[in-house]
Amino acid sequence: MTHLVTLPWIGTFEAWRSAARVLAQSAVPGAQIEWRLEGESAGLFAQTGPLPEGNAGDLPVKVPKDFLTLCRTVISHSHQERFALAYDALCRVQDRPRLLADRTDVTVGRLHEMAKNVRRDMHKMKAFVRFQEVGAPVAGRRQFAAWFEPTHHIVEPITGFFARRFADMDWVIATPRMTVAFRDGVVSYDTSLRTKPDFEDPTEELWRTYFANIFNPARLKVKAMSSEMPKKYWKNLPEAALIPDLIAGAEARVREMAVKGPSIPPSRAAAITKRLQVAKAREMPEGGLDGLAASLERWALCPIGTCATQAVPGEGPTDADVMFVGEQPGDVEDLKGRVFCGPAGQMLDRAFGEAGLAREAYYLTNAVKHFKFQPRGRRRIHQSPARAEIEACKWWLEQELALIRPKLIVAIGATALEALTGIRAGVRNRRGQIEAGLGGVPVYSTVHPSYLLRLPEGRDQEAGYAGFVADLRRVPEVLASVA
Amino acid sequence: MRQTSRPFRVASAYVRTYDEHMAQRTLKDRLAILSDAAKYDASCASSGTTKRNSAGGTGLGSTEGSGICHAYAPDGRCISLLKILMTNFCIYDCAYCINRVSSNVDRARFSVDEVVWLTTEFYRRNYIEGLFLSSGIIKSPDDTMADMVRIARELRVTHNFRGYIHLKTIPDAAPQLIEEAGLLADRLSINVELPTDAGVKAYAPEKEPATIRQAMGAVRLKQAEYREKTHTGRRKGNFAPAGQSTQLIVGADGASDTTILKNSTALYASYKLKRVYYSAFSPIPDSSANLPLIKPPLMREHRLYQADWLMRFYDFAADDLTSEAEGDMLDLAIDPKLSWALKNRGVFPLDVNRAGREMLLRVPGFGVKTVNRLLAARRIKALRYDDLTRLGASLKKARSFITTPDWSPGGLTDSEGLRARFAPPPEQLSLF
Repeated sequence: MTHLVTLPWIGTFEAWRSAARVLAQSAVPGAQIEWRLEGESAGLFAQTGPLPEGNAGDLPVKVPKDFLTLCRTVISHSHQERFALAYDALCRVQDRPRLLADRTDVTVGRLHEMAKNVRRDMHKMKAFVRFQEVGAPVAGRRQFAAWFEPTHHIVEPITGFFARRFADMDWVIATPRMTVAFRDGVVSYDTSLRTKPDFEDPTEELWRTYFANIFNPARLKVKAMSSEMPKKYWKNLPEAALIPDLIAGAEARVREMAVKGPSIPPSRAAAITKRLQVAKAREMPEGGLDGLAASLERWALCPIGTCATQAVPGEGPTDADVMFVGEQPGDVEDLKGRVFCGPAGQMLDRAFGEAGLAREAYYLTNAVKHFKFQPRGRRRIHQSPARAEIEACKWWLEQELALIRPKLIVAIGATALEALTGIRAGVRNRRGQIEAGLGGVPVYSTVHPSYLLRLPEGRDQEAGYAGFVADLRRVPEVLASVA
Repeated sequence: MRQTSRPFRVASAYVRTYDEHMAQRTLKDRLAILSDAAKYDASCASSGTTKRNSAGGTGLGSTEGSGICHAYAPDGRCISLLKILMTNFCIYDCAYCINRVSSNVDRARFSVDEVVWLTTEFYRRNYIEGLFLSSGIIKSPDDTMADMVRIARELRVTHNFRGYIHLKTIPDAAPQLIEEAGLLADRLSINVELPTDAGVKAYAPEKEPATIRQAMGAVRLKQAEYREKTHTGRRKGNFAPAGQSTQLIVGADGASDTTILKNSTALYASYKLKRVYYSAFSPIPDSSANLPLIKPPLMREHRLYQADWLMRFYDFAADDLTSEAEGDMLDLAIDPKLSWALKNRGVFPLDVNRAGREMLLRVPGFGVKTVNRLLAARRIKALRYDDLTRLGASLKKARSFITTPDWSPGGLTDSEGLRARFAPPPEQLSLF
């Protein structure tokens, strides 16, 4: 005996779901069920029996959540077998809840394949429906209509997308099997058979203009176009009529460009370029720190420069007695273009505060003016500058020294100490001492806050930080001793 | 220090001529000119922004995660957004650009209302996902940026437009304009165009590579600032929720693939770009004598996209993909993943039932989805050769590099003719 189940065109999935539940509760094998949609003819095995009464059997029927999602999509497929396949999977998933994870299973593979076809059809419908304005607004709402020929039964599941997107207008999407109307925020369906209506919308001419002109004839890739926009959709796309001519004319257009070759610039071009250059030259400040910063930005010799965002100039009063020299800008400094404004800068500020120093009173700069890093995914890993890079940037440090003429330099970290004294060795033992530095200016050295940030959090870091603050606290005393 | 606004007003010669033109040209004519002018920008993505809709009944449009390509032109490129220039008048003289000051191309300009009208009317007819607005530089960077921001504001505020907006940012424009642009738009982008600083200096003399990088840095900082939660536990706002992107022109200057890929790596790491687009240098009508026309290197562009993809999703580094020994260029005949596998045959064949995720991702013919499915399925049972097809693998490529209980490639992995099985037969490429 075969059970004949007739499903409605609207609410197909819900109807399948309740019928399938009842059948599965009674353990009816799939081979004994014939599924069809309303109006479809029954199969040859017309010997049909009634459905079991509601909750006839008492077998528990349970499914995982993703099973329902998958079936909801599969039921929209146009293949005759979809209902039976889904029912088959429903029966098997009772014993194997993780069935759907096994894509090597033939039924599961087919269900996924069908779901994929439906999703693609839905995606293409979202893309290729073309509304036309049909007449004057009704009660303040503009009126639009579209004709579309989907491959699968997707009108119902896709309605939400159009309702969320085009909520402030009334629209109708007609397909050969089903029509959906959205009027005043209310959705209604109609399952009478339709044929393509004949409307015109003058805006389509503008759309065709756009389509023709956004096309680049020098990069003809017809296959790429047709695989994404298959020909079956073309008959309902207003722009598709242009495609054959665009393809046919492409070669000639490219040849014409090649033959014409370079052109003579219009007379106004030279005048505009000239004025632009004059305007640019005027804003380049001359001399002083600003001049230094400006030329720093345009300095192309630095080996790191082309990857970093910008050269970061020093900051502070030009008459400062003490100049603090760090290593190089970090990630944040590189983006903001200011010295000591990242995590290390924040620690430096805190330490300045605790040591009783005012940052504004000092000139702060770096031994190397660009951020050197190793890209790793979406992050940048700091890298110590090489000797050559320190040497390349030294000229700038010398210029800054000549302008500021500090009485004392504080070297923050090993790179600064190397840049200022030429010697890197024995950094740890030289901490807190005074040495002769670049241009004979005395150099007093301490650790770099980013070194402290790399220490294990807790006791080590606290002790290191306390030492750093103590070093800073000595700065006025050291200044007095060398002045 | 640098000044933020640079009021050089140099386009008075233009203003006169385009007022005359405006009177004569119809909207359709100008749409033709200003979309033709915009087509050399490869980016057309409309995905990855915040989810919005207009189900409440006020406003127009929605964005639901994945982008939609509403049409494809015969160049194979997706048409997702109305990609136009506000104006193609430009005071800059970039040799590769059709809109450079020294080009004789027809010039036109849209009014704010026209762009808004075109966007909403196209959107209502379901032609597009939104607007991608770019512009030539007129008067000054600030003036140009301000006009573009006005269009975005008009769309968002006056017309309640909830579709996608991509704004091209002008590197020199004032920070407050960029900030407003980011709050109105889904995506911001600034095109680096030439892969090396030397290239920029040679072919785009008015542009400063450093300024472009600073502008990208500023966008990244703003994104971080807006993402940060305030004391109320909420974010300050949504700044360019679909991120920022850029474009590199391939084949105009002499930059090698290594240079280009290293540059991309640095750009992704420094500015957290969503995408770097590669655009094969394409012939333009009215070309510049400084940059002779070539046949666009489409295959090279394709290989660069593949390499970029491998770096972002398959954990490849630029150094894995190109080497000095091969002239710092990607193999045009076969894809970069296959090329890597052929050069590193020592690690193959892999047992698909045992190999780790990172190695499975290196098998040619296995994509990220296939590998995820494979890992899920092999927890249930030992995988056989035929199972792999159902998992989505392309066995034509993969078979030489894997083993299963019922398949071993034998000598295939190390055979000399392996590359020849994949490379297309040598042929003379036609010019068109």
